[in-house]
Amino acid sequence: MSALQDRKAIQMDTDDKVLEDKYEKIDEILKEAKDKEESLIDILHKVQKVVGYLPREVQIKVAQDLGIPLSEIYSVISFYSLFSTEPKGDYNIEVCMGTACYVKGSDEVLNELKEELKIEPGQVTDDGKFSLETTRCVGACGMAPVLLVNGEAHGQVDKENVAEILDSYGKE
Amino acid sequence: MINLTIDGQQVEIKAGAKVLDAAEKLDIDIPTLCYLEGVNEPGACRVCVVEIIGEKDLQPACKYNVREGLEVKTNTPEVLNARKEVIELLLSDHPFDCLTCAANMNCELQALAKQFGIREIDLQGAKNEYPIDDLSPSLVREPSKCIMCRRCIEVCAGVQEVHIYDILERGFGAVAGPAFNDSLMDTPCITCGQCILVCPTGALHAKDDKQKVWDALRDSEKHAVIQTAPAIRVTIGEMFGLEPGSLATGQLVTALKRLGFDKVFDDCFGADVVVMEEGHELMERLESGQDLPQFTSCCPAWVKFCESFYPELIPNLSSCKSPQQVFGALVKTYYAQQAEIDASSIFSVSVMPCVAKKYEAAREEMNDSGQDRDVDCNLTTQELGEMIKEAGLDLSKLPETEYDEPMGYASGAGVIFGSTGGVCEATLRTVYEKITGTELNRVELKEVRGKDFKEGIIDLGDGRIIKAAVARGTGNARKLIEKLQSGEADYDFVEVMACPNGGCVGGGGQPNYSGYDSWREMGDKFVQRAEGLVEADRGKEHRKAHENPFVEKLYNEFLEKPHGEKSQKLLHTGYVTRQLYTDSRLVGKKEASSEISDARKGEEA
Repeated sequence: MSALQDRKAIQMDTDDKVLEDKYEKIDEILKEAKDKEESLIDILHKVQKVVGYLPREVQIKVAQDLGIPLSEIYSVISFYSLFSTEPKGDYNIEVCMGTACYVKGSDEVLNELKEELKIEPGQVTDDGKFSLETTRCVGACGMAPVLLVNGEAHGQVDKENVAEILDSYGKE
Repeated sequence: MINLTIDGQQVEIKAGAKVLDAAEKLDIDIPTLCYLEGVNEPGACRVCVVEIIGEKDLQPACKYNVREGLEVKTNTPEVLNARKEVIELLLSDHPFDCLTCAANMNCELQALAKQFGIREIDLQGAKNEYPIDDLSPSLVREPSKCIMCRRCIEVCAGVQEVHIYDILERGFGAVAGPAFNDSLMDTPCITCGQCILVCPTGALHAKDDKQKVWDALRDSEKHAVIQTAPAIRVTIGEMFGLEPGSLATGQLVTALKRLGFDKVFDDCFGADVVVMEEGHELMERLESGQDLPQFTSCCPAWVKFCESFYPELIPNLSSCKSPQQVFGALVKTYYAQQAEIDASSIFSVSVMPCVAKKYEAAREEMNDSGQDRDVDCNLTTQELGEMIKEAGLDLSKLPETEYDEPMGYASGAGVIFGSTGGVCEATLRTVYEKITGTELNRVELKEVRGKDFKEGIIDLGDGRIIKAAVARGTGNARKLIEKLQSGEADYDFVEVMACPNGGCVGGGGQPNYSGYDSWREMGDKFVQRAEGLVEADRGKEHRKAHENPFVEKLYNEFLEKPHGEKSQKLLHTGYVTRQLYTDSRLVGKKEASSEISDARKGEEA
């Protein structure tokens, strides 16, 4: 029971105001999707691009506007790791867990990041500055282990230079 | 026809059949778990694997098509080992609380573990642990016991078209549940309980309210009264070895008396009153031409379905409460007055074939008797059977006893409420006679195309007709409503029962058996129960609600007239427009939007 309520508490954190000015754009996407009978995955990608993530209220909106059951929408979103139900930080850090990076110690890098930022993958720091996630091979095995910050690659990372990278993005 | 060999035996079967069907013809038992023919055939659990000569890997018998000359082996050591491994894998991520589980001795996973002689699980590893959701008054969800068979998903989406469940997350963390793994209370779940009937484990089961009833029975200050729904008399016997459909009315009354109920009443009496009220309402609407068709409102799951998915039809719902709630309101007013009992000392119990009735009794507007709740507690058939067993009684061996007066006598009309088409027929028997002055022979309803629902025309003789339709299952109700809204169909009176297999006889609170692998077979067995109700109707001296002398007495001495002022206050209600998806952050707003829609209700308040 308590865990159920915890779950709700997490959902309560999403910020209504952030979304308000985005509903117009979402309306547009959904209207076009209806006319063109686009696939649900494509629609969700477009919506996520606008909002940055797919919080509960956005999922409900998609369900109601398209007449698709919410269970189906949530099922698709929770299956694909490219969909996120949590907001991203100003700087989104992706740690490559591909074979080459992993062999070169990307798990240690990830642990160091978790410790420094005090968050788990999929979460955002309290100040909203950083978010952390793991990713599959980014195709830069020569630079292993690799991490991306908002798409910008940092190679040959080890746990010693993690703090330095974070500082360069303004970590206090 | 196709010829194939299974375990060295020849068998002939029609093209398109599966290996599983062919094996069944030879009486070879291939275990199944996720498979429920006609509803759920995903080939997901792999417990039915067999060896097909020429195939590299073992194949699921439920998915593998037969073909000429096929050679199948169903019990080689490899096959048996593979099945055992599948079961062990499922068990390795399953809570071992079988002794206290709601599905104890009625669990398909447990039965397979026994059949395969599993004594020890070699596979040790992580287990998924999810919180139990028992916020719904009707259903309890224990996702830790989910084996991902998908039956609940398919019955809810494919049959009922309510779409509560889907697979959440993926890989090891995957589980079947509502979006966000929300409580069922935060979903448009109509509480029909069909998912309970198909869940192979204890992951979905009815809320257990037995203790509340035991407590009331032990409390000497309480006057414990029980009403038994029409469908109980033909199903409770199954829990004591009687054939489905066996009529056990007298034994049921005896058992309830021995459990300690002060009065045992028949909810069919309540159904007779519903016929009077709903019938009058229908006559008024036929006269005025307003709010037609009139939809029945006896089934709380259908009512919630309508409130959630078709709120525009709320004015068309009969404002009459269901027999359970009509009865509940009368017990604490009319009966209390007749018996000279303080209404506040009455503990009013109902036994229903249904889990939605638990939700209905808990609806906050169901308190017109002026007491806290009109129906204090609701038991399912299954729960009552368990209580009778716990008390050491064998229902099949009990003598027969009559129901108590003044709310224990019912006409045949009230009895047939328990099966699909019953409410429609019972109401039309009375309406026809009131309008034409002659007796209605039989209500003939024909299946419309695709067997989605039935319809028929009742000729009133003076150029007027009543166009009636009956749908069972909310998926079929959707089809009917779509035809109505597109103008393709036109009716005056529509009965909807949420349970697809025969109405209340196939309710989510009826005796529940695991081990079905065919939706059709399951349905046939439920529909068989209805035969007992038809028999009970035939055996009645009075077959029309308005001929019930106790109903006449009720109107003469208490209610005055059908759909009159007192009836409207006690026996009629209003409905709310429900938001399909509620954001749990907006709980306050949700309540604000739940205004009782019925104008009459508003005036009284």
